[in-house]
Amino acid sequence: MRRAYFKTSWIAALLLAPQLLIIFVFFYWPSAQAVYWAFTLEQPWGGGNTWVGFDNFRNILSDPYYWSSVRVSLIYAVAATALAMGMSLILAMFVDRQLAGYKAYRVALIWPYAIAAPAVGLAFRFIFNPNAGIFSYVNTVIPGLWDPTQIGWQAVVTIILAGAWKHVAYSFIFFLAALQSIPRSLTEAAAMDGARPLRRMVDLQLPLLTPTVFFLFVINITDSFTDSFGIVDTLTGGGPFRATDLMVYKIYSDGFRGFDYSGAAAQSIILMVLVMALTFVQFRYVERRVHYT
Amino acid sequence: MAEIAIRNAGKTYGKTRIMQDVSLVINNGEFVVILGPSGCGKSTLLRMIAGLEDITDGEIAIGGQVVNRLEPRERGCAMVFQNYALYPHMTVAENIGYALKVAGMPKADRLAKVAATAQSVGLTEFLDRKPGQLSGGQRQRVAMARAIIREPKVFLFDEPLSNLDAKLRVQMRHEIRRIHNQISATSVFVTHDQHEGMTLADRLVVMNKGTIEQIGTPEEVYDRPASVYVAGFIGSPAMNFLPGRVTDSRSAVVLDDGQTIPLVSAIKPAAGQMVQIGLRPEKLTLAPLGGGALAARFEFAEELGSGRLYHLKIEDVPVSVMAAEKHSFVEGQTIGLRFPNDAVHVFDGASGLRLDLHHAPAAALVSA
Ligand SMILES: Nc1ncnc2c1ncn2[C@@H]1O[C@H](COP(=O)(O)OP(=O)(O)O)[C@@H](O)[C@H]1O
Ligand SMILES: [Mg+2]
Repeated sequence: MRRAYFKTSWIAALLLAPQLLIIFVFFYWPSAQAVYWAFTLEQPWGGGNTWVGFDNFRNILSDPYYWSSVRVSLIYAVAATALAMGMSLILAMFVDRQLAGYKAYRVALIWPYAIAAPAVGLAFRFIFNPNAGIFSYVNTVIPGLWDPTQIGWQAVVTIILAGAWKHVAYSFIFFLAALQSIPRSLTEAAAMDGARPLRRMVDLQLPLLTPTVFFLFVINITDSFTDSFGIVDTLTGGGPFRATDLMVYKIYSDGFRGFDYSGAAAQSIILMVLVMALTFVQFRYVERRVHYT
Repeated sequence: MAEIAIRNAGKTYGKTRIMQDVSLVINNGEFVVILGPSGCGKSTLLRMIAGLEDITDGEIAIGGQVVNRLEPRERGCAMVFQNYALYPHMTVAENIGYALKVAGMPKADRLAKVAATAQSVGLTEFLDRKPGQLSGGQRQRVAMARAIIREPKVFLFDEPLSNLDAKLRVQMRHEIRRIHNQISATSVFVTHDQHEGMTLADRLVVMNKGTIEQIGTPEEVYDRPASVYVAGFIGSPAMNFLPGRVTDSRSAVVLDDGQTIPLVSAIKPAAGQMVQIGLRPEKLTLAPLGGGALAARFEFAEELGSGRLYHLKIEDVPVSVMAAEKHSFVEGQTIGLRFPNDAVHVFDGASGLRLDLHHAPAAALVSA
């Protein structure tokens, strides 16, 4: 690869500046602000912030609402990830085997990822709306059976489905690429060895997909913690009765609805550490290990 | 019994026809080599036998049973792929034993059989390695072992040696022939390498653009090539071709520069017919001019170690001569060429078919 060298360093600085500015304004500054908020408390009648050490964190970690938020976030992350990856793997296998209509799938399956989370939320709000949506039909058969605005677990199911639907596309693309990178002759050799398609999938394709599975698992879990905000906000608003109050949504509602900046900041620090840990796992283990030569 | 009968097989991809009217019977226990240049449809034909490609026209029967609609696993064939197609995440032992595992053989029996098979191809010490940790030759052996262990009725090889270096290729060639003789399966071996074909085959099938040009023993194909195409493809250095016209007496051919080549009586061309005379470089000898020798102009010579390859021209037609003697000719010098009468191959100028071919090449070998 050729590199460009600049004689005068101010040109380099000038070219870097816009990017650095963006990172600074939208990442470092807010992060620093969050750290500041997390370790301080605003005085009740004004007069600046006072240093409180880990008090904010102690408060959060002893708050049962916070722990229920963690619990539902984990359920959401694992369920949405499993659902999205399972669905996308099946779909990718169909497309890989070039079953009828696979070209249409391929295009159709890439669209969802291009749709913003709030738009997904709105679409699913219609689908799952107990009065007007597709599910309202269920209620005409058995009244009151379906109402995610009242029944907690149904609300959780709703956001899981919407989140999974949005993530199917991304995983699908990776699975398809991974499947297509498995040499055809391997599958053919297994076919000659007597393995039927299902057997080949289990013995050959899935093991060869493990690097991709690990990669997608980490990416999807990470995304579920951060990218779920739009879906929760438009679909359930965290309700009913905090049933879908995911960590990322709770930060927002505590901070901007409850005006508890310090509590929200402490929560966002926790979430940030969690996401950083997952990213670390990805770099450390996923990128390096599970390679076949 | 695993006789393979291919009857009028053809193949189209969409609207593109890449193979037509291929008919061939491969006897039980026979080693047949399908030979032809890259892209002529050899692999496709092999894969049609294996069940990896649809047979779009005609039919293929293995052991008397038409297999057109059978899955690969139902056909009893084992295949060695050009790139070996080893399972990268499995050890050598798992690779070799995979077919048995799929077939549900108990683990103890399977391991014993894997060990025995590995022993027979010299892989015992590599059983725990992954394919990525093996050399090309060792991978090739794993691929062979994986095919052998199933004791197949039919062995299919798709250019299995083309990724090996020259020395190893010769060695594996012997090995493959040894294994074939040992397990007495029917073998079909695809290659573009004529040496490989000549040395391995009981019978050669020469293909060209999706059709069979000739079927015969290596000797037959070399001695009596059925067409200009086969004559030019088999033999190295390649056969010389001299265009000419049959005399009115039908006993000789006049070349473009007026020299004549006498024909043996078995060849019966029409008077005035345009033909191609074929002469193998190794059947020509350099001789003094006169006394019926063909005159040619010397251009240059290539040293081969064991002898020399002399490049000459008759008019504008290049002619090469392989000879053990080492002459020092000067460029432009006229030299005489001699050859036995029966070394003259005569092909029709238009169709390229051999004139003294008494049988249609493919059809005669197809059993009803
Ligand atoms: N999937 C395919 N679609 C269209 N054409 C193909 C396909 N596979 C092979 N061909 C064509 O069929 C011809 C024969 O291919 P192949 O059997 O691989 O040749 P060979 O093994 O003799 O080199 C080639 O011209 C190739 O381009
Ligand atoms: Mg080929």
